[in-house]
Amino acid sequence: MVILELAPTVMAIIFAGKVGSNIASQLGSMRITEQIDALEVMGINPTTYLVLPKIVASICMYPLLVILSGSLAIFSGYLAAKFILPIAAEDYVYGIRYLFDPYTIRFAIYKSLAFAFLVSSIAAYKGFYVFGGAVAVGQASTQAVTNSCIAILAADYVLTQLLL
Amino acid sequence: MIEFNHISKRFKDKLVLDDISGHFQRGKISLVIGTSGTGKSVLLKCLVGIIQPTIGSISFDGRDMLEGGKSTIISIKREIGMLFQGSALFDSKTIEENVKFPLDMLTEMSKSEKLDRVNFCLQRVGLKDVNHKFPNEISGGMQKRVGIARAIVNNSKYLFCDEPNSGLDPQTSLLIDELIQELTYEYNITTVVVTHNLDSIFTMGDYIMFLSQGKKVWEGNSKELFHAQVQALKDFLFASKMMQQLLIKDSH
Repeated sequence: MVILELAPTVMAIIFAGKVGSNIASQLGSMRITEQIDALEVMGINPTTYLVLPKIVASICMYPLLVILSGSLAIFSGYLAAKFILPIAAEDYVYGIRYLFDPYTIRFAIYKSLAFAFLVSSIAAYKGFYVFGGAVAVGQASTQAVTNSCIAILAADYVLTQLLL
Repeated sequence: MIEFNHISKRFKDKLVLDDISGHFQRGKISLVIGTSGTGKSVLLKCLVGIIQPTIGSISFDGRDMLEGGKSTIISIKREIGMLFQGSALFDSKTIEENVKFPLDMLTEMSKSEKLDRVNFCLQRVGLKDVNHKFPNEISGGMQKRVGIARAIVNNSKYLFCDEPNSGLDPQTSLLIDELIQELTYEYNITTVVVTHNLDSIFTMGDYIMFLSQGKKVWEGNSKELFHAQVQALKDFLFASKMMQQLLIKDSH
């Protein structure tokens, strides 16, 4: 459960809230203050310069975040079993290894790659094409998070049907 | 020289620019003037390639900006410097990094050469000890100067200024105008300024194009401006109380 759903999917929703809104508002602010226009005038492709690094960075770092969150969740469970719950540590380790399929880790990584791409590209699109002022930047940021969350849940369903 | 013919731009059902033609000479300051919402900034953005005109042609020293192929368009854009209305400095970069940015992206210069060029340009626009400050730590007038320094750092052949005086006090406004004039004549740049500042219009208009409701209705220079017989232009020039009083004194 932790490896299959909690780590990649729940973290993706948090990722959309933190990183997605950040990307959308940063690009949106750059759009309304003509910083993106300034890049275009210089003959620099703003998509390559501003959007691509964000998508690549998300795809590289989000799987690591998922691995970290999954590891921390399992370790926290171990600590809870040992110090709070009436479960022996050995039983906990036996329990999490019982019927464990290593493919779930690969599947979680595939999902995390897809989610990272969805969150960063949706947020970048929303921010990059902002038109208006400060209100529009706020709206783009909100839309980036809500659209990303919907896309994450839809992609989760599709990937589960296809790969699991 | 920048030449443009029959430029029209339509946004959905609204015609913002209607069949505008003209040419801006090298080493001179050309002004595009008019009331707010007449399409001045849209024309400027069409010329620099931010907005694609619906129809028309634009050429920079004989090179077609719209249909010249990707490499031609990029080579033209790399010769353009632009000062934006709100300066458009990158707020995550220091002043030095902002001015150095075109050199980092578009040249093969060494680190020390870039730094020398940045310091030269900052000094040229009258700025000292601001290299490591961020845009939000300096005044609006200083931001405009940094914008000008960034626009000329790459030895631009064409300088476009979108309302360089907006939001500035009259004194700073005058200094910015003087700076634009000095740079234009010193480096023989083709300068295009969009403005509705009367001081700028009367002091630096080698060539003036007046737009009204998306159309070019008058062209000439600052000396011919007072004698223009176009009602829309008269209304624009003499809208201020000060100009009305000047006109009354002149008629007496």
